[in-house]
Amino acid sequence: MGSATGREAIVVDALVKRFRFRHVHSLKETVARWVRGRSENVDEFTALKDVSLTIAEGETVALLGFNGSGKSTLLKCISGVLTPDEGQVGVRGRIAGLIEVGAGFHPDLTGRENVYLNGAILGMTEAEIEERFEAIVAFSEIEEFIDQEVKFYSSGMFLRLAFAVAVHTDPDVFLVDEILAVGDEPFQRKCLDRIRSLRAEGKTLVIVSHDLNMVADLCDRGILLEHGVVVMDDEPHAVVRRMRGEA
Amino acid sequence: MTDAALRPLPEGMERPGVARGLLSLVRDRYLLTLLVRKELRVRYQASVLGLAWSYVKPGAQFAVFYFVMGQFLNLSRSLPPYAIFLFSGIVVINLFSEILGNATRSVVGNGALVRKIFLPRQLFPLSSVLVALVHFLPQLVILVVGALISGWRPDLLGVVAGVLGIALTLVFALGLGLLFAAINVAYRDTENTVDLILMVAVWFSPVLYNIALVRDHFGADSWLTWLYQANPLTIAVELFHRAFWWNAAEPGIRDGALVDHVMTRGVIALAVSVVLLWVGDRVFTRMSRTFAQEL
Ligand SMILES: Nc1ncnc2c1ncn2[C@@H]1O[C@H](COP(=O)(O)OP(=O)(O)O)[C@@H](O)[C@H]1O
Ligand SMILES: [Mg+2]
Repeated sequence: MGSATGREAIVVDALVKRFRFRHVHSLKETVARWVRGRSENVDEFTALKDVSLTIAEGETVALLGFNGSGKSTLLKCISGVLTPDEGQVGVRGRIAGLIEVGAGFHPDLTGRENVYLNGAILGMTEAEIEERFEAIVAFSEIEEFIDQEVKFYSSGMFLRLAFAVAVHTDPDVFLVDEILAVGDEPFQRKCLDRIRSLRAEGKTLVIVSHDLNMVADLCDRGILLEHGVVVMDDEPHAVVRRMRGEA
Repeated sequence: MTDAALRPLPEGMERPGVARGLLSLVRDRYLLTLLVRKELRVRYQASVLGLAWSYVKPGAQFAVFYFVMGQFLNLSRSLPPYAIFLFSGIVVINLFSEILGNATRSVVGNGALVRKIFLPRQLFPLSSVLVALVHFLPQLVILVVGALISGWRPDLLGVVAGVLGIALTLVFALGLGLLFAAINVAYRDTENTVDLILMVAVWFSPVLYNIALVRDHFGADSWLTWLYQANPLTIAVELFHRAFWWNAAEPGIRDGALVDHVMTRGVIALAVSVVLLWVGDRVFTRMSRTFAQEL
């Protein structure tokens, strides 16, 4: 599972992430709780239980596991959206969480305005966005609609533009969550090509996808999560076989 | 395992998503301007009048107060030029209300973003301040023009009072806004509480009447008078009266019409508000660690 540089890109160290459920967001409920002297522990759920792993620079890792096993939670802890309750996460270099493409898109803005806004949200400077604007638009294949408001786009066009911005941010670490199923066949192939070329450039990638065959072929390492615990860390095809109950 | 037991990270690695304070946002200037532009674009989307709405609303408010308070209740006789007295207070209250109201809702309103991408979360309340300033500037221009027509001429102390008044309003509103925005993530009651505060704010500061009325009613040494005068918003309004009304009013009318030692009070109120802003920023930074999971 080696990489050329040998330096760590991501270190996850004894990470624990819990979620608390406060079902009613009102003061009345809270006051009632205090009066009854109930602690909130009853409604706690541990999504990640003591997860430790190290990913080297240049590695392409498939994060595998069934729904609710904690894949998205782990990616959000790595991207900084969620803060660990215990343990820690370390990252080297700039990081882009393609957790959900188009998160910062606004329907009332034009495609062009959204490219600038999202480029900036994903950490690009004004000069960087200007420099890559043409490439982003070309990649998304929506040239003639770029000055139209995004709310008039088809969902495919919207996702293509969002994905195009995301893959042009040029970070060192990419976190990809369920976004490779974007758009039609040809565009999917294009996305995959882009991911492969990022990989060839030596970027570090952590990929979550429902298309198990695709990620197994794409990645050089597979990590299996079950109920918030890492249960397997091996060659990806072997991990997929175990998931399918074949091994 | 507590924080103290954390092993040091390998050389050159960083913890992602560490919340920093307000001052770190200088780095995100460009994103901030885009967020402000987005806010303005979205707000005036498909609106014929567009930004002109920011004149229409205070204009209508001014007309109502002018006729009801000034003419029916006869206040314009006692505080000439009453239109200037009234409008200089209204613009301060409007600036305060827009910052506080929008900042309080800013984090919840940008929930989709907060849940998915790590950004310095202070960006959202701060962009409320900038949007409010965009609406405030044309009102200030109208105030200056109106005051000039009413015979007002700028004086140095007045200019200082005006600048101090704006600074005080911004700092006080942002400090409160950061606090309320953070609490609003967990308790949506906050929004309604803030709406209530904003509804009464115009009545509990000397916008429609002058402060002598409060002193006469409660007595100059009453703790209620003290409380009324301790409100930074009261001081901000009085600073604006000093800046734009005082020089246009007759000496017999303006004497004792404002809170005494208005400049000193202004400096003290600003200092208190800076402390409040610091506290608000600290609380917001601390609470922002759980924003993504609570929204
Ligand atoms: N913000 C949240 N609040 C409460 N529970 C959450 C939150 N986010 C995720 N969870 C819970 O954590 C568990 C893991 O979720 P997730 O990481 O999304 O799984 P996966 O991506 O592997 O399907 C799930 O049981 C989910 O309900
Ligand atoms: Mg998921």
